[in-house]
Amino acid sequence: MAQLKCPICGGQVSVEDDALPGELVEHECGAQLEVFKKNETLSLRLAEEVGEDWGE
Amino acid sequence: MRIGVTYDILRWEERDILEKGRRMGMEVIPIHLDEVIFSMDGNGVKSQTLGEMDSIIQRSISHTRAYLTSALMESAGYMVFNGSSTIERAGNKAIASSLLSSRGVPTPKTVVGLQREVALKAAHTLGFPVVIKPVEGSWGRMTAKAEDEDSLWSFMEYQEGTSLKYRNVFYLQQFIRKPGRDIRVFVIGDEVPVGIYRINDSNWRTNTALGAKAEPVDINSELRDLALKAREVFGGIFLGIDVFEDPKEGYLVNEVNTVPEYKNTARVTGYDITGTLLTKLREASRK
Repeated sequence: MAQLKCPICGGQVSVEDDALPGELVEHECGAQLEVFKKNETLSLRLAEEVGEDWGE
Repeated sequence: MRIGVTYDILRWEERDILEKGRRMGMEVIPIHLDEVIFSMDGNGVKSQTLGEMDSIIQRSISHTRAYLTSALMESAGYMVFNGSSTIERAGNKAIASSLLSSRGVPTPKTVVGLQREVALKAAHTLGFPVVIKPVEGSWGRMTAKAEDEDSLWSFMEYQEGTSLKYRNVFYLQQFIRKPGRDIRVFVIGDEVPVGIYRINDSNWRTNTALGAKAEPVDINSELRDLALKAREVFGGIFLGIDVFEDPKEGYLVNEVNTVPEYKNTARVTGYDITGTLLTKLREASRK
């Protein structure tokens, strides 16, 4: 498991080693986070709220 | 066989495609759209980030990104499902309704106006209540039922105050007195193998995103023919078609979804939608 930092509360977030960008992670602080790649390494950002053009 | 899956958010469906594809002996490559670059010059369009692919499944959650990237990938020579033309036409409700109507596919009566007073007047030809929807949008978001002229006026005013691209386009539809449910059927290739009722006793909007319960539906020949007729209009290899049951007019095609979600359908029917999709994709890639 990779240990990443929550961008909201600064706490540790455990993410699978083979996690993919775009995966959503619920953190215990209540934030919904999205895995993304930053300089070829996995990182976390606050997941986007539902976009106006999101859907099926 | 090497298949790309373009996506933004990795939902159950995208994960299932990655896992089942690998189990079926395919090389399935997840492509997060944030990381994709297209370059174009006098020698054509290229994307080094995509590399060699036999075909690509478009699974972007954003209509804008799905349409745009399907179009660019097609220009770069990739075989993309669903293609940009399918996504563009079905994703715009005004265009979709006009195409369904012009091709003789039964669909709810609809008016489209570009100015509030004019659209309000046209609403009377439908009879109240009427349903107002954003021209682009999904999951029942901002879809409202106006019981009378006064409430429709307010809804149109609210719409104009949003940042929607088509905020000044008023898409109004007759209110169909559904029996507390609608039907979602899936077209995969040239088959209509599975579908669900979406049941909601407490909300006239029957989107599962708004809490409707999914139950399997038996696909009769009329439903199958209707779904295939809709596919003829929009093309594509994988469509989720929403059908209303009107007490007087029978089946009406309401919408066609070009990046359909199917987690609930797979769950309640046990049908392997992903497996069928990948099989059809393999066949199409070989043509």
